[in-house]
Amino acid sequence: MSVTLERRTSAISGVNPVAKLATALLVAGVLVLSIDWVSATVALGLELVLFAFAGISARTFWLRTLPVWVMAPLAGVTIALYGEASGRTHLEWLFVHVTDGSLTLAIATVLRILAIGLPAVVLFITIDPTDLADGLAQVAKLPSRFVLGGLAGLRLVGLLIEDWRSIELARRARGVADRGRLRRLPGQAFALLVIAIRRGSKLATAMEARGFGGDTERSWARESHFGGRDVALILVGAGIAAAAVTVAVATGDWNVIWARS
Amino acid sequence: MTDAAATGARVSARGWGWRHAGRPDWAVRDLDLLIEPGERVLLLGASGSGKSTLMHGLAGVLGGEEEGEASGELEIDGSAPANQRGTAGLVLQDPDSQVILARVGDDIAFGCENLGVPREETWRRVGEALETVGLDLALEHPTSALSGGQKQRLALAGVLAMQPRLLLLDEPTANLDPEGVREVVEATRRVLDRTGATLLVVEHRVAVWRGLVDRVVVLGAEGGVLADGSPEQVLTGEGEALAASGIWVPAHPPRRPQRRNIEAGPPLLSTEALAVARTRGDAVQSGVELFVAAGQALVLTGPNGVGKSTVALTLAGLLPPAEGTVHAHRTLAGRAGAHPIRWRSRELLTRIGTVFQDPEHQLLTGRVREELAVGLRALKLGASEIEERVDELLARLRLAHLADANPFTLSGGEKRRLSVATMLATRPPLLVLDEPTFGQDSRTWEELVAMFAGLLDDGSAIVMATHDEELIEALATRTHALTPQREAVLS
Repeated sequence: MSVTLERRTSAISGVNPVAKLATALLVAGVLVLSIDWVSATVALGLELVLFAFAGISARTFWLRTLPVWVMAPLAGVTIALYGEASGRTHLEWLFVHVTDGSLTLAIATVLRILAIGLPAVVLFITIDPTDLADGLAQVAKLPSRFVLGGLAGLRLVGLLIEDWRSIELARRARGVADRGRLRRLPGQAFALLVIAIRRGSKLATAMEARGFGGDTERSWARESHFGGRDVALILVGAGIAAAAVTVAVATGDWNVIWARS
Repeated sequence: MTDAAATGARVSARGWGWRHAGRPDWAVRDLDLLIEPGERVLLLGASGSGKSTLMHGLAGVLGGEEEGEASGELEIDGSAPANQRGTAGLVLQDPDSQVILARVGDDIAFGCENLGVPREETWRRVGEALETVGLDLALEHPTSALSGGQKQRLALAGVLAMQPRLLLLDEPTANLDPEGVREVVEATRRVLDRTGATLLVVEHRVAVWRGLVDRVVVLGAEGGVLADGSPEQVLTGEGEALAASGIWVPAHPPRRPQRRNIEAGPPLLSTEALAVARTRGDAVQSGVELFVAAGQALVLTGPNGVGKSTVALTLAGLLPPAEGTVHAHRTLAGRAGAHPIRWRSRELLTRIGTVFQDPEHQLLTGRVREELAVGLRALKLGASEIEERVDELLARLRLAHLADANPFTLSGGEKRRLSVATMLATRPPLLVLDEPTFGQDSRTWEELVAMFAGLLDDGSAIVMATHDEELIEALATRTHALTPQREAVLS
């Protein structure tokens, strides 16, 4: 499966994937520390402004971030209904207990999911798997065997999806598809596993025949640059995180998870 | 390619043998063979004679002691293949399993990177290799959008960029349409003319490489070399024996069946303004008007990716029509209704049998005997009748000695015969076959074609998607040529 979306057409697509990964992890890492609504709002506000400069079309943005927009309110509703109760009670029925506390928590959660999820999606949809592998091996210095093996394996996913479709059609042709889909699943999964192992070992042979896994030090045909723009992106991420924490601490809302009583 | 790569490598085997770990028999044994630099050798042998094992051994990918046991010596230019990565370049049979990276340029560069070739030199070689194999594509072109022939030329380019002095091709054209075969052979010719590399190619269709090789070596099923010499010498002297072991020798083609009865019976299936799609909303063919009658063979032809299989699977009641209808006539449908896609899976069994291109996709059990009984059990036939029909099929398709074997462990020809047999078990009046002779040896081909002819004589109908010209000549009542109807159909 070769996923190359928006490749080199938007402002942030040229940024090293390792920098994008680091930025997304940095923002997420700081924002999960607390569950107040202030820090999440500050981060989300800054992010929404920055998305305008990312160079991604509105259509792509909404389409790709749709799951986050759907997920966040769902999580919010769940927390409003079942979250830790405190303050005034608005509704009580069986396990459902909507209170001031659970509502505040729900809002904070929705904001937080958006603040963590949206930048992650925006950064990741412009990552090309090959570029990411180059970056992980050359910049982050992860072992090349591991990284390139994973990259090549990713390509098999597309083939296996095709295999799965053929296996399903073949079951119908063999007269065994009238039984429930769920009951057939283990058998089909096993067939796919056998085929996957075969494909995998063929691919491994092809890679080995091209000198992969030898003792020679590998050269890199594509240089993974890590320059000013990449550092700048990480600094922007750090800035968002810092601003969120500073404002929340100043307003007294910063509320580290493990310090909660 | 020039300089260091301008000469071919010398190959020598002295009493060489290899036994895969856990197997009782040697895949290759007592092999003595000397190939001089620059020779172009076609390697023949019945299936099971160890041709692929020799190729893997020379490519240095057989692995160490954990993978198997070696005897004797196998050397390239006087040292073991595993010690000289990049000297030998191997291209394998399956186009899909050899593409490593997502972009054409990166894929070709992969081998150079592993050999530690500096960046500028790598890209110089990539450009040169692309040009030599005749792929006129941008470096950024996605590898998933290539045809089978293009993928094989890409693999050849990837090997070429490593500047090998020994080119090893293991049935590189077995999965390709005629156009793809021509492309790969021509590309190989250019590569050899430019590099002077030694060539060792395995292929059971002799005609494909006949014009390119200057020596033919035949491996014996019991080990050692059976015949060795110029193509004329070997093919004249051993032609008949080779043909009998399943190799396609032009002077000894497989027998074609005599049809007893070529009269058309009642209509079984017809289509009206049919559009077909593998995935919803992605029609590859539209406006297809077809008609199938009992006793007739309808052949769907056209280049790879044109939608032959998709049309076949739609006729077979497995894929829903994207538009239009597939209409089953009363003779075929019985009480099941006019639309095969609405039939239950069990109702299909006694009406339409489908043989998939890849037999592994339709295997369900761990034993050949069980495999044949699946459909019969679904029909809830009695135990004695099931046994009777299974035994008859086992004998008819020469599978009796494999009755207890695991279907996944069978050879390509055996798997194909089994997948056909599973569909014959429930005696459907219409058979849909997707590339039934793909990559088969001449002996299996002869058997399959004779069997299909017998079915037609007895009043069954066959729809097949194929580009096997000989198969078409032997069986087709009518052919329906499909032409590409939109741009991106190659995948």
